[in-house]
Amino acid sequence: MLEQWLLTIVTFGPLLGVAFILTVRGTPEQIASSSRWLALVASGSVFLISLLILTYFDPTSAEFQLVQQVEWIPGSSIAYHMGVDGISVWFVLLSTLLTPICILASWEAVQKRVREYMIAFLVLETMMIGMFCALDIFLFYIFFEAVLIPMFLIIGVWGGARRVYAAFKFFLYTLAGSVLMLLAILAMYWQAGSTDIPTLMETRFLPGLQTWLWLAFFASFAVKVPMWPVHTWLPDAHVEAPTAGSVILAGVLLKMGGYGFLRFSIPMFPEASADFAPLVYTLSVVAVIYTSLVALVQQDMKKLIAYSSVAHMGFVTIGMFTMTTQGVEGSIFQMLSHGIVSGALFLCVGVVYDRMHTREIDAYGGLAENMPRYALVFMLFMMASVGLPGTSGFVGELLILAGAFQANTWLAAFTATGLILGAAYMLYLYRRVIFGKLEKEQLKALLDLSPREIAVFAPLVILVLWMGIYPSTFTDLMSASVENLITNYKVALGEAGTAMAAR
Amino acid sequence: MDAATTLPIMAPASAEIFLAVAGLALLMAGVFKGEGSLKTLSWAVIAAFAVAAVLVVVRGGEAVAFQGLYITDGFAQFAKILILLGSGFSIVLSLGYLEREQAGRFEFPILILFATLGMMLMVSANDLIMLYMGLELQSLALYVVASIRRDTLKSTEAGLKYFVLGALSSGMLLYGCSMIYGFTGTTSFEGLATVLGAGTTPSTGLVVGLVFLVCGLAFKVSAVPFHMWTPDVYEGAPTPVTALFAVAPKVAALALFLRVMVDPFGDQVAAWQQVVVFISLASMVVGALAAIMQTNIKRLMAYSSIGHMGFALVGIAAGTEAGATGVMIYMATYIFMNIGAFAVILGMRRDGRLVENLTDLAGLSRSHPMMALALMIFMFSMAGIPPLAGFFGKWYVFMSAIDAGLYGLAIVGVLASVVGAFYYLRIVKIMYFDEAEQPLDGAVAGDLRLILYGSAVVTVLFFLILSPIYDTAAAAAASLIGA
Repeated sequence: MLEQWLLTIVTFGPLLGVAFILTVRGTPEQIASSSRWLALVASGSVFLISLLILTYFDPTSAEFQLVQQVEWIPGSSIAYHMGVDGISVWFVLLSTLLTPICILASWEAVQKRVREYMIAFLVLETMMIGMFCALDIFLFYIFFEAVLIPMFLIIGVWGGARRVYAAFKFFLYTLAGSVLMLLAILAMYWQAGSTDIPTLMETRFLPGLQTWLWLAFFASFAVKVPMWPVHTWLPDAHVEAPTAGSVILAGVLLKMGGYGFLRFSIPMFPEASADFAPLVYTLSVVAVIYTSLVALVQQDMKKLIAYSSVAHMGFVTIGMFTMTTQGVEGSIFQMLSHGIVSGALFLCVGVVYDRMHTREIDAYGGLAENMPRYALVFMLFMMASVGLPGTSGFVGELLILAGAFQANTWLAAFTATGLILGAAYMLYLYRRVIFGKLEKEQLKALLDLSPREIAVFAPLVILVLWMGIYPSTFTDLMSASVENLITNYKVALGEAGTAMAAR
Repeated sequence: MDAATTLPIMAPASAEIFLAVAGLALLMAGVFKGEGSLKTLSWAVIAAFAVAAVLVVVRGGEAVAFQGLYITDGFAQFAKILILLGSGFSIVLSLGYLEREQAGRFEFPILILFATLGMMLMVSANDLIMLYMGLELQSLALYVVASIRRDTLKSTEAGLKYFVLGALSSGMLLYGCSMIYGFTGTTSFEGLATVLGAGTTPSTGLVVGLVFLVCGLAFKVSAVPFHMWTPDVYEGAPTPVTALFAVAPKVAALALFLRVMVDPFGDQVAAWQQVVVFISLASMVVGALAAIMQTNIKRLMAYSSIGHMGFALVGIAAGTEAGATGVMIYMATYIFMNIGAFAVILGMRRDGRLVENLTDLAGLSRSHPMMALALMIFMFSMAGIPPLAGFFGKWYVFMSAIDAGLYGLAIVGVLASVVGAFYYLRIVKIMYFDEAEQPLDGAVAGDLRLILYGSAVVTVLFFLILSPIYDTAAAAAASLIGA
């Protein structure tokens, strides 16, 4: 019984928290403080409940698990169908982990309209989890798009100086991509007669149609990932969003694109995926090299990390389209790792931003002297972002490079330059912010990490090291599903090949 | 006995007959009781609508009356319920308004009743003559309602503009009808369907007549290029009247449009599809682009409704059962979003006076959090963002367009919806991101609040009632197309 309802409980649990927050009465200070606590308790409990998913999850099976299917619109086969497999299960946990961390990170940074802020975050959490669990493409689209509403408000209401521009850009860019996907979904519905994802995976779409469908889905996911050249919304949105908003954007929202490729584009349109893989490689390599170079010259810390996100997501798209075990597992691993590491890096920026209210790199320097704990934490995540062995970043990037090497040597060579450039801009950032002499007067008064901030970082530090030192914990759960994905892909391509030969 | 001396079959039209009788009785009551009876009359009209709705619902199945002039089927029932809801809501919205603006005239609710009667006859028309009669009954009543505030320049101007342009469009429609009659020799929809059965090639004269008919109908749904009257009339008419214009007549005209296209001309899709595709495309694009420049919220709503009509016309352009289902679901979502949005506009008062500039909404999320939340819900819903109601309407109309192979229309349509999202977002931005210089007046009146929150809840939780609405709409579409 619980097994069936578990995903629904996790998905809609945060909304229960919203209901409680709405009932809070009192002075503005009381409302703010109760909202914070209620949001923390709600998202924290959702995280604990979501851990149950791991205990029920059978890693040897490639099937969808914890499935719940309820009729919704009987006439058109649209159902409320939830379930997870090895590909989506970690993303669910990533979402449930990052939300309480974000709420804790906004504890003092957000002082206006606290109640609305907490509600927006909890609604966002519901939409994110629902998106990863949805096994009906209609349901998936609803969650996928609904994410825009709370995120638009988070950027627009609690963001920085150019928040209005950033919020509009974020919303309209993503919407423009998604509506094309909507039409593709409708076309698939008429072809397959169903919106059920497992059924659609078994449907063989005609090669000519696959091309158009693949392009329509690509329009949506490429904006979300984001891939060069449609990445320009990301630096704006990241820079203007409040710290926690950036964490969720980098941590989960970008993963929605990568997840979409793995869940829809590759298994449903295998032939088109094979045809378009060179396009994806090219755009990704450009992203890796170009955005790394752009990151090198940034003056704004958040912008630098935003560009590094585009580069790291370029790795991810390369890995998944190599369609090798290493490549796909590596890309999923890299997405998880990037979710934690870039989230943590934004939190690191948030720590000094809360104290100094500037993100200019030049405003800092020599923080190692009076903020040693901060310097240590920042260093760890910086190294993880670079891909130092022993951290999570290394595992993902190594696997992706191994996959890329099997696909194409040059591809691997170009991709690998991203590692060097990544090391360059991250170390340069670190040197300018943390090392050097502590000369600026305002900086001397800065306090080191508070206990609350340590509590925010502690789980992330543990995870980054755990993923780096013992990655099997994470890859074991995904391997069956990844193998299944690749086998089906190869079978589909093989069949298409014989069909061509027979003609 | 020959047919002329027997009474025609009237029972299927019981709802309309009841409304007509009730309207005459209430008119007499109003004349004798004078202006003071406005409130009583308004509630009496709402009660009459409720009774009519019950009569519509209990009248199941398909039946014709008045020697085939009038038809009732699942489709007509669905549209009539939406029309009665829309008219009823706008009377509730007008209650407080007329009182506060001291514009109360007892004819107001009764005129709306007659307009509603006309709309119900439109959706039940089974003959070109009935079509014209219903349309004119509706239009004449609405011309007067638009200028009900005869002491203000704007309202009289709106009424006059509406009348002149409406009369022009009626003329075109009538001309089209006479051409069609001239080239086919019949005015009844069944007769037309038989004459124009599958495989027949329509004569040029018939196509010309059909185009004139479509132009007349396009005017009534305010589709581009016959939309010019909409912004002026929306802005000038008293706000509750604008709310009425935005919903009930639109539902009626669309339902009529749909019936005329798929019933008598169902086998001549090739003759009208391009025309409908064009006006649909043009409406979506113009609605989205022109709304960006607006500063008056009522004008903005006018362009928004032009855009929405474009989306609904996508379903008609498909000309299939799926298209008809889509149009009806779209209209069902549309009336709730619009009535709710107009309830907010009626709540926009500063120093006791109604204000209608977009900038007046600045900081609404601080001063009136619930009202701002509701308007935000309506705006996101109109932009078609799931899980709100508007998304489901768009989903079903575009579904039919893809099925009918109208890919170009679907692609331009969804892209227009992204452009449209910009101005809906702008309203959210003004309410949530901007700070107010001078906040609006305090509490919103009770009757407004009921409609406001009611429609907001329906808009948010529409996914819960989607299943029964889909079933009803699909059955209604089957009754229309299958017939």
